[in-house]
Amino acid sequence: MPKNTVIPFGPQHPVLPEPIHLDLELQDEKVVRAIPSIGYVHRGLEKLVEKRDFQQYVFVAERVCGICSFGHGWGYSKAVEKLMNIEVPKRALYLRTIWHELSRIHSHLLWLGLAADAMGFESLFMQSWHLREIVLDLFEQTTGGRVIFSVCKVGGVRRDLDAEQVKLFKKNLKMLRQELDSIVPAFLNDSTVASRLKDVGVLSEAEAHAFGCVGPVARASGLLEDYRLSQEDAGVYLELGFKPVLEKSGDCYARVAVRLKELFQSLDIIERALDNLPEGEIFVRPMGFPSAGECFARMEQPRGEAIYYVKGNGTKNLERFKLRTPTNANIPALLHMLQGCDLADVPNLVLTIDPCISCTER
Amino acid sequence: MSYFTKSPWLVHYDGSSCNGCDIEVLACLTPLYDVERFGIVNTGNPKHADIFLVTGGVNTQNLSVVKQIYEQMPKPNVVVAVGTCACSGGVFRECYNMLGGMDKAIPVDVYVPGCAARPESIIDGVVKALGILEEKAKQLALAKGKGEEA
Repeated sequence: MPKNTVIPFGPQHPVLPEPIHLDLELQDEKVVRAIPSIGYVHRGLEKLVEKRDFQQYVFVAERVCGICSFGHGWGYSKAVEKLMNIEVPKRALYLRTIWHELSRIHSHLLWLGLAADAMGFESLFMQSWHLREIVLDLFEQTTGGRVIFSVCKVGGVRRDLDAEQVKLFKKNLKMLRQELDSIVPAFLNDSTVASRLKDVGVLSEAEAHAFGCVGPVARASGLLEDYRLSQEDAGVYLELGFKPVLEKSGDCYARVAVRLKELFQSLDIIERALDNLPEGEIFVRPMGFPSAGECFARMEQPRGEAIYYVKGNGTKNLERFKLRTPTNANIPALLHMLQGCDLADVPNLVLTIDPCISCTER
Repeated sequence: MSYFTKSPWLVHYDGSSCNGCDIEVLACLTPLYDVERFGIVNTGNPKHADIFLVTGGVNTQNLSVVKQIYEQMPKPNVVVAVGTCACSGGVFRECYNMLGGMDKAIPVDVYVPGCAARPESIIDGVVKALGILEEKAKQLALAKGKGEEA
């Protein structure tokens, strides 16, 4: 009878850019149980909503996470706009979509790099991050920031794109598309990558549904979960011809493939949005303060669906802000996948759900 | 900064940052900025590191982790606090779980402000830290020499 050993994984670990702690209970090389403990990045920023007024809080909401910062700013603004019955101008919605999809490209490229690093493919890590700089340049030239932009606010956006910037966008996206064409085969056709990822951490569609998975993790298992298809967002995304990406096999390889295909899909969406950018205002001034009442808003973040809840009381400060992040929804599935895997595959598995601890703990 | 005799290695830990600074720290190591050409390597092991690059502020949970990493590092070493949160707590300063900047937990040598700190300023901070590291190494050698004479 083999003896059980407990190996602590994290919070400071070479494969993790962020701190999470897992106690891995092993029987020889097989993981029998994984127990997470979190809280290393908890700041308690939801409560800060009582001290900042509703417009200032957009800056705090953006800093929930530095990777999907634009999406969080948008999600919070969307909830408050719903509460205050503000109709955001169409041009602002298109601009938000452009920056949000660009964030998705940046987030997926970042993740692909980290995933390549976790399986020991360092040159692919460097190549992915090299391509990411093209995206960051675009952000810097259109918003002023590389990772935190502060262009979203309740009622619209702060900055507009002029004809020159639209041209620059198109040029850089074209370059990015060409460069992506050369690294995608390295992920999808390389035998080393396939040997590390295929049939590792398989999650069936039924399991993905039962664990309540969201985002690319759900879509890699064939479960159609994409909030961009909903009626609320349909206005913009369906106009732009959005179609969700689905994979069937539910292993680590499928999760990589889904994100790779989403890169191209986001490129398509941005290009179409740039071509059809409506004329008009980019901002409407919110009148008064958020009324007493509560509201939910949902967003498809790069990692999956996030839920924003706000409660107003008629003053300039909101009474409560609550956020359910995609990583939070995917951790139960991760713990299930870790059961029975090899110790050497743990970094791969942890990374394939694209954990964002900063979002999860806020 | 004069010529430094060894390649400085760094260990990076995310205190309670929003990730913004962490991805910029990683961006320093990747092709566009590529600090590895100066011999700077990101190691996961605190016992191999000369520079402690820490992002985010101190909260009740990570206080002991940050202290442990710092204490494991061999002397002489330098601490670089990256980002406004690590300098002072930044935008999260008034959150109930935040104790403040990194200097509440460990002695900080270089403060790199910015939200998020740009790769250029992080590299600049590390270069400043190298100067301090050299100075500390000299003083350590001097103190050791005196000890042997006595």
